[in-house]
Amino acid sequence: MTTSKKNIVMREKDMQKVSAQQKVVQALVKVGVYAFLLVMALIVLFPFYWMLISSVKTLEEYRMSVPTFWPQKIMLSNYVEAFTTANLGRLFLNTLYVGLVSTLLSLVITILCAFAFARLEFKGKETLFGLMLATMMIPGELFTITNYQTVTQLGWLNTFTVLIVPFLVSVFYIYLLKQNFMQIPNELYLAAKVDGTSDIKYLCKVMIPLALPTLISITILKMMGAWNSYIWPRLVANDAEHRLITNGLRNAFTETTGDVNYPVQMAAVAIVSAPLFLVFIFLRKYIMAGVSRSGIKG
Amino acid sequence: MVDNKQQWKAWLYLSPAIILLLVFTVWPIINTLRMAFLEGYSAQAEVGGATFEFGIGNFLKVIEYKKFLQCMQNTILLCVLTVPISTLLALLIAVALNSIKGLQKILQTIFFLPYVTNSIAIGMVFAAMFNIVGSFHGTENEIIQTAGIINNVIEFFGGERVNWINAGSQYWANITVMVVYIVWNALPFKILVLLGGLQSINAQYYDAAKVDGTSRSRVFARITVPLLSPMLAYVIITGFIGGFKEYTSIVGIFGETMGPPDAPGRLNTMVGFVYEALENKHQGRASAAALILFVIILIVTRLNMRFGKKSVYY
Repeated sequence: MTTSKKNIVMREKDMQKVSAQQKVVQALVKVGVYAFLLVMALIVLFPFYWMLISSVKTLEEYRMSVPTFWPQKIMLSNYVEAFTTANLGRLFLNTLYVGLVSTLLSLVITILCAFAFARLEFKGKETLFGLMLATMMIPGELFTITNYQTVTQLGWLNTFTVLIVPFLVSVFYIYLLKQNFMQIPNELYLAAKVDGTSDIKYLCKVMIPLALPTLISITILKMMGAWNSYIWPRLVANDAEHRLITNGLRNAFTETTGDVNYPVQMAAVAIVSAPLFLVFIFLRKYIMAGVSRSGIKG
Repeated sequence: MVDNKQQWKAWLYLSPAIILLLVFTVWPIINTLRMAFLEGYSAQAEVGGATFEFGIGNFLKVIEYKKFLQCMQNTILLCVLTVPISTLLALLIAVALNSIKGLQKILQTIFFLPYVTNSIAIGMVFAAMFNIVGSFHGTENEIIQTAGIINNVIEFFGGERVNWINAGSQYWANITVMVVYIVWNALPFKILVLLGGLQSINAQYYDAAKVDGTSRSRVFARITVPLLSPMLAYVIITGFIGGFKEYTSIVGIFGETMGPPDAPGRLNTMVGFVYEALENKHQGRASAAALILFVIILIVTRLNMRFGKKSVYY
């Protein structure tokens, strides 16, 4: 009797010991997880921090052999200098113009196309859609070689047209919007038909409002694309009048190694990055939704 | 029953997209094939009335070209290094993020930040961090003003400063900088996709494992990774496709010289090669190189998918 009672007591003690041990292990794991995440977050953030503090340092301070992690004197004049050396104002307006016009036209084309694929019946629909999806596999460089010739022959070099027209159709956006349109019940369309509503009116009144989140995602990604595009603009419109922001930035600061005036360069980089961050802060939801489905940058 | 009015309307709505696709997508595909198989093709010469013979000379020239092999080596090296590193890191971060409650939203936002950047602009920031400032040309008796923050950190921990990207730097140092930058850039997308996948795994699996007293590492290897395998396959495939098209991140750090000042072109990639050939008006060669790139991407994607089929659990 007594021994068995003793056994039970001991077992309970053991159990308590084990659960206490588990708790310690769990706490340690938790600390480890947080430590790992915080260290990684610091590494991810560091370049942004370095950009910002470097952009307000004086050249002398930036060049001190022992770096300062907080500027001794805040030089906002670096930003003024960056803005004028790189002619950023002009670049901003150019990029904004190209971004807005191409987004608008692209939206119209995409909506019409997605509507046809989602709502209308026509011969060869599936084949056509399949062929369009297949073109997504081909790397863009393959198109660029011929497109460069085409736009040269059309006399489009160094115009805004050349920056807008070749990229108006994105099969991916058509696909995205088509999927979204298909979720809207067909009965609504048939009812509208019975009432004699025109397609365009139905699109504007029903489809577009219901697919608004997707359309916003497309708009943001398209604008970011214009902001970040580099290769094509450099190839076809590298004159001062039509140059876009990324290109202009790289052109204004060609020196990457050796004796570089970094504070001014970092100020320019900060100015160029700022709109992207603002968009991100306010419209994060839409960007993430679009990105997780695309796997493409910009 | 397809009524005629709908047919007519559908093609009307599709017409803007189809016309643009024909001009800027379909024609380029045909024309690239044509240019690639015409010996020594040049568009300028063709306008002048020259004719070209059919042949595979462009491909042979590209493959024999030493510069192309260097570009291919760089591209493959960067792919092979950055895809596993970034995938593994993203997986660890995603799993860690998924296991916490406090700070999850803010950390998630921080990890996504590199995505919304301009790869040229932030490349310049990385260049600044690795750059040795001064009249530094990779020879003796230099006037070094600052060795750059990365070197400062290395020296703080007792290491020796490295010439990362300046004149006289070593190839491996250049590649290291590129790997760091590309991984930093590739993390957000992978974390986003993997975290989304983790959050959709049914909690019952984990509860069952808990009841059975399964160890953490076993849960990770036997539940998390298999159920996450479609997402892992997805980020690996897109990672390889992106990796083979690497170009702008190198321009961001090294500028258009694609290498340190004393070794221009040393870090050029396959895409860079295509553009260089295009700028030198060797359209035939550029087309051949672009087709080779396309075929490599196809093969790698196929291999990934075949390998994936064996290990992906849907």
